[in-house]
Amino acid sequence: MSKILIRGAKVLGGEPQDVLIDGAVIEAVGTGLPDEGAEVVEADGKVLLPGLVDLHTHLREPGREDSETVLTGTRAAASGGYTAVFAMANTFPVADTAGVVEQVYRLGQEHGYCDVQPIGAVTVGLEGKKLAELGAMHESAAGVTVFSDDGKCVDDAVIMRRALEYVKAFGGVVAQHAQEPRLTEGAQMNEGVVSAELGLGGWPAVAEESIIARDVLLAEHVGSRVHICHLSTAGSVEIVRWAKSRGIDVTAEVTPHHLLLTDELVRTYDPVYKVNPPLRTERDVTALREALADGTIDIVATDHAPHPHEDKDCEWAAAAMGMVGLETALSVVQQTMVETGLLDWAGVADRMSFKPARIGQAAGHGRPVSAGEPANLTLVDTAYRGAVDPAGFASRSRNTPYEGRELPGRVTHTWLRGKATLVDGKLA
Amino acid sequence: MQRHLISAADLTRDDAVLILDTAEEMARVADRPIKKLPTLRGRTVVNLFFEDSTRTRISFEAAEKRLSADVINFTAKGSSVSKGESLKDTAQTLEAMGVDAVVIRHGASGAPYRLATSGWIDAAVINAGDGTHQHPTQALLDAFTMRRRLVGRDAGIGQDLSGKRITIVGDVLHSRVARSNVDLLHTLGAEVTLVAPPTLVPVGVESWPCEISYDLDSTLSKSDAVMMLRVQRERMNAAFFPTEREYSRRYGLDGDRMAKMPEHAIVMHPGPMVRGMEITAEVADSDRCTVVEQVANGVSIRMAVLYLLLGGNEPAVTHTRTEEK
Repeated sequence: MSKILIRGAKVLGGEPQDVLIDGAVIEAVGTGLPDEGAEVVEADGKVLLPGLVDLHTHLREPGREDSETVLTGTRAAASGGYTAVFAMANTFPVADTAGVVEQVYRLGQEHGYCDVQPIGAVTVGLEGKKLAELGAMHESAAGVTVFSDDGKCVDDAVIMRRALEYVKAFGGVVAQHAQEPRLTEGAQMNEGVVSAELGLGGWPAVAEESIIARDVLLAEHVGSRVHICHLSTAGSVEIVRWAKSRGIDVTAEVTPHHLLLTDELVRTYDPVYKVNPPLRTERDVTALREALADGTIDIVATDHAPHPHEDKDCEWAAAAMGMVGLETALSVVQQTMVETGLLDWAGVADRMSFKPARIGQAAGHGRPVSAGEPANLTLVDTAYRGAVDPAGFASRSRNTPYEGRELPGRVTHTWLRGKATLVDGKLA
Repeated sequence: MQRHLISAADLTRDDAVLILDTAEEMARVADRPIKKLPTLRGRTVVNLFFEDSTRTRISFEAAEKRLSADVINFTAKGSSVSKGESLKDTAQTLEAMGVDAVVIRHGASGAPYRLATSGWIDAAVINAGDGTHQHPTQALLDAFTMRRRLVGRDAGIGQDLSGKRITIVGDVLHSRVARSNVDLLHTLGAEVTLVAPPTLVPVGVESWPCEISYDLDSTLSKSDAVMMLRVQRERMNAAFFPTEREYSRRYGLDGDRMAKMPEHAIVMHPGPMVRGMEITAEVADSDRCTVVEQVANGVSIRMAVLYLLLGGNEPAVTHTRTEEK
């Protein structure tokens, strides 16, 4: 059956409408659409969004298939309502050649749960010294448009300048992991009251802010586009706000965990809360939420960072940094942004689908829910309430900070070009 | 008392005074010809040291043996942190051997807390120093030393350190001793001033229950005790201060500075001392310097802690204080 009728869904949170999918395309949106020959999905009360797009995912393949693979990661993505993810380059080998990015891209296409758009490394081996073959990666079958040394900062100002300039030739963007390396040597958590008490090495806000300040100025100087990964401090918000007011072409992302959690949780010494950049303070959380609402921060990106159990079941200092996020992102955004009145569902669609697709140039994603558009869609039961149970995750790793925490909302259906990848909360 | 001793901040005033009072009783054992109590007979205590510390390990071992515990020393020297699973695996091995208490020294802040709360083991956990976080028995032995010197050995029983002014000098940033002492001394009613160059004070220190000063000289005349912290020489290479000599001039304790302290004031140091840099030989060897007493008191304090955590409700020594009264 190639036709699907989604009946009575609140499209982008608006009035209930029917959405008819024919093959890979939305055929019609309206009320009282005929269900002849169509599989009907009753969506009464549910919110229909364009398929979510994550500009910042770690799929770990190649190299750390014990943490995640393209298959398990894209299944997690489909479970979370995503139809496209951008896979970060810090794999083994690093995605710094056309060969590696093509492999990752092809695996995504083969598995069919979610489009995988590889991100290319900015520098060879993420070492920050020599530009990777950015042009070759762009021209490969993967068509890379986003470049990042994520996990590491491109801290050499000259290399960063050159990268920003170079990608202009093919409309690429450099996504910066803003972390001044010298200021964060031995860093274990946010530097502040809690780190002072716990005796854990501090990761000062200024280490992020100084790099963002430098990079927006570089982008202005060379007339390029820069994207700031996982912005985490109130000061960073101020810098991006200033840069935008000045007309600098900068975009920024925030993770769900930085919208909800604070460094107070580190008092448990439970490495599930260890992440880079670290959890910050309540004041930062408030600033990030407001900035996402007013558009200073453009998008939500998960920084989905799977790690095997043994890398987290140890003492804090020995633990890996990162949290999984694909399967809980929308719930956290519902709690922190929608239920607080900061964003409506159209705003969520904007921050989690339209804009990330535009920043990453993900063709066919982040499109309006209207006739003639690709049928990349996500259906959300926003009334659902339940405790997070990692045992049910599709991700190969379970390092979620939300275990046992009640979060609202549940993705029930995801369609990738008209093909269901998630049906009634179960992977197809 | 709680089941574990992880942080000095976990102790209430009454807990802390109980430990100090119990340590006074334990100290009497050291004066006996046979320095041994049967209290922990049949109990097994492991000294789990992931980081070198001969002084602390020997102190715990002496305390355990004086209480007749069976002692296992486990030294996991080297970079255990680089392969973190070893803490869990080691802990579970010890648990399987029926260990009643684990005395743990670890280079990673929070490792003892993880050990006590992760469900890996059931044994009582005593923190013998974790990273730059806490070293609670050091703070207790320091408080014990201060109470004996500043309040009095017998007069001190049942007393805290209300109104005493304590100055702690040196590398506060990297010091678990400073953190533990600030917590405990505050609980015991003392007023604490930390003195250090601004580079060696942690960001966020303003939430601590103490004063901060960058000027040693101005604090000396108002101090009942001055505690010098160890400054590792490698801090100099990391630009925490320009030179050893400059540090010494501004923050070292010499005879001239000691002369500015009140008559009764004492000089303390957790050891090992870097003579000439943080403290001059003249000060280190003076009667007012309590370094050696601190070592002796460490055994009494650790006996008290082990007894209170493991010994149950039986009297610590045959003649308890109440009986004497």
